[in-house]
Amino acid sequence: MADIPTPRPGAPWGLSAPALLLFIGVLLVPLALTAVLSFNAFDGMRGIQPGFTLANYAEVLTDGYYREVFIRTGLMSLGVTALCVLFGVPETLILARMRAPWSGMFLVVILGPLLISVVVRTLGWSVLLGNQGLVNSALQSMGATHEPIRFLFSMLGVVIALTHVLLPFMIIAVWSALQKLDPQVEHAGRSLGASPTTSFLRVVFPQLLPGVLSGSIIVFALSASAFATPSIIGGRRVKVVATATYDEFLNSLNWPLGATIAILLLLANIVIIVGCNRLVERRFKQVFAA
Amino acid sequence: MTMSFLSLRALTKTYPGNVQVVRGLDLDVAQGEFISLLGPSGCGKTTTLHMVAGFANPTSGHVFLNGNDISGVRPEKRDMGLVFQGYALFPHMTVAQNVGFGLEMRKMARAQAASRIEEALEMVRLHGLGGRYPRELSGGQRQRVAIARALAIRPQVLLLDEPMSNLDAKLRGEMHVEMRALQRQLGITTILVTHDQVEAMTMSDRIAVMSEGKIAQLGTPFDVYDRPASGFASSFLGQTNVIPGRVTEMREHCAMVQAGPCLMRIPHAGDKISGDVGVYIRPERLRLAAVGTGNLSGTVKTRLFLGNLWLYEVESALGRLRLTSANLGEQLPQEGEDIGLSWRDEDLRAIPGERANG
Repeated sequence: MADIPTPRPGAPWGLSAPALLLFIGVLLVPLALTAVLSFNAFDGMRGIQPGFTLANYAEVLTDGYYREVFIRTGLMSLGVTALCVLFGVPETLILARMRAPWSGMFLVVILGPLLISVVVRTLGWSVLLGNQGLVNSALQSMGATHEPIRFLFSMLGVVIALTHVLLPFMIIAVWSALQKLDPQVEHAGRSLGASPTTSFLRVVFPQLLPGVLSGSIIVFALSASAFATPSIIGGRRVKVVATATYDEFLNSLNWPLGATIAILLLLANIVIIVGCNRLVERRFKQVFAA
Repeated sequence: MTMSFLSLRALTKTYPGNVQVVRGLDLDVAQGEFISLLGPSGCGKTTTLHMVAGFANPTSGHVFLNGNDISGVRPEKRDMGLVFQGYALFPHMTVAQNVGFGLEMRKMARAQAASRIEEALEMVRLHGLGGRYPRELSGGQRQRVAIARALAIRPQVLLLDEPMSNLDAKLRGEMHVEMRALQRQLGITTILVTHDQVEAMTMSDRIAVMSEGKIAQLGTPFDVYDRPASGFASSFLGQTNVIPGRVTEMREHCAMVQAGPCLMRIPHAGDKISGDVGVYIRPERLRLAAVGTGNLSGTVKTRLFLGNLWLYEVESALGRLRLTSANLGEQLPQEGEDIGLSWRDEDLRAIPGERANG
C-alpha cells in the first residue's frame, strides 16, 4: 500500500496563494477602494475631497432620477430573467431529447454566441432591430405593422438583445440539472395517470428548479450589471444603473457619486439574489437536499 | 382464438436502422398470474414491457387487456402499476405524496385517498413513514415505497422492471419472498422483467426465457430448469455441462447416444432426434463415486468450497465436467484423486442442432 502523504500544515494556503493574490489584487482591493471612494465628498470646482460623508448615498436614495434608474434596471433584469426561463427551459428539454450528433451540434450553436464579443453581438442586434432593419422590414412586408416598431433606444430592444446574450447561461444551468434527473420519473408519473403536461409540471420541473434558480441568479446578476447592451441599444434614452455609473465617472467626473451607485447596485444585487435563493430553497428544500 | 386476461399478439418492435428488438412475440397471461420475462440484456424484455406499459409503440402486433386492444392507448390511461429499476420516486414529495400521486391524478377524495395511502404503506410494512422524504429512507424502504405507489392505484396489471437489481443480495432474497406473498395475497396479474434467474424462479408462476426478441421457452420454473428446450435456456438458467454426442439409435422412449466411450440412454418426449447432439447434465446431477465404479472415471482437477456445497472440476474422457456435492460433513475426494462419476439416465437431456462447445 502506498502511503498518501499528509499535507504539511499551511500547504493548502501556499498552493492557493497565486489564485488568492490575484483575487485580492483584482477584485477585493478595487472593490474596497470603490467603497472608500463612495464616502468621499465631491466638489465641482475642487474635485474629490477626502473625508467621510453619507451625502452621496443620501443623494442617490432620495433623487427621483436615480430611483427611476434603479427601478428600470430591476424590472429589466426581472424581464430578461423571466424570458430566459421561458425560452431556456423548453430549449434545454428539446436539446436533451435530440439524438446523438444533433444534441451536441445544437449545444455548440447555442453556446456559440458566447465566443463572440458582446459589443459585436450587440451591434449585430442594432443592425437587425433598426427602423430599416431586417426585423422591421419583415414585419412590415407581412403587414403585421405599418409603422416600424421602435426597438432601438427602447426597453424592448434592450430586453431582446440581453435575453439573447444571457440565454446560454440559463441553458447550461438547466442542462446540468437535467443530467441529474432520473429519466424514469416521467414514465413513473405517466404510469400513475398523469398526462404528459401534468407529469412535466408536477414531477420533472420541480426537480429542475435548482438549475433554473442558479441560471436565474446568473442571468439576473449579469443583466442588472450589463453595460454594453443597454448603452449601445438603449442609448441615452434607456438609462440603467451601469450606464448611469459610467456617466458619473466619465461625463460628470463625479467619481464618489459613481462609486456610490456602483456599491448600491452591488448591495441590491446581493439582497435580491440571496433573498430569492433563501425563499426558493426553503419552499423546495427536498429537491435541493437531494 | 381464445383470449386470456393479458395477451400479447405477434408483438414486434423495430427501431430505426432496421434493428428488430422484439420479433413477433406471443404471450398469454392469466388473471392473477405472475410471469417473468427472463433473458440477458438486449433480448428485448424491457422493450416488451414498455410496449405493455405504453411507453413504446409496437411496430406491429397488439396488446389485449380483458379482450380489448389497448395497443394505441396512452400509458396514463392503461391502469398499470409500474415499479422501476431505480425506483423513480419523486424526491420533492413525501412518501405519502408519492404513494398518493396516482390517487390525486384520479381525483380521489382526500379522506379516501388518505386511507388508501395508509393501506398501501401497511402492505409494504412502512406504516408511519408517510411523512418522510425518499432520501431519508434506505434502499430497501425506497423499493417498498415504489411498490406501494404502484399498488395504491389498484392497477389491473403490475409491471416490475428489474425492481430488485439495486438491492444487496440478502435484502433481495427477502424481497423476493415478500413480493411473492404480496402478489399472491392481492391476486394481481404481474409481469416481471429480469436477468436474474434466481429472482425469476423464486417469484414466478411461469417463466418466459427470452432470446433475441423471441420467447425461447415458456413454462413453470421447474419445467424450464429441468426440461430446457434449448441449449440457451439450459445454460442461461443455472449451470450446466455440455457433452458432444451422436445419436446412434432411436428407441420408443429413449435415444441411444454415443458420447466418447459412453453409450447413454437418454429419455425423450417423443420428438425424433438424430445426428450430432449436445448432452446436457446439471452439476448437481453428476455424482461422485468410488474409483472404478460409476459410468465414467476421472481425476479431480480443482475443488472449491462454497459453504453449502463443494464445487468440483473433474477431468474425464468427456472433457472437463463440473459437479457439485452437498456439504454433509462427509469425507470427499481431494484434488488430484482419481474418482468415478455416475448419473441417472433421466438426468440427461439431449438437445439437437447445437454443436456442443463445453
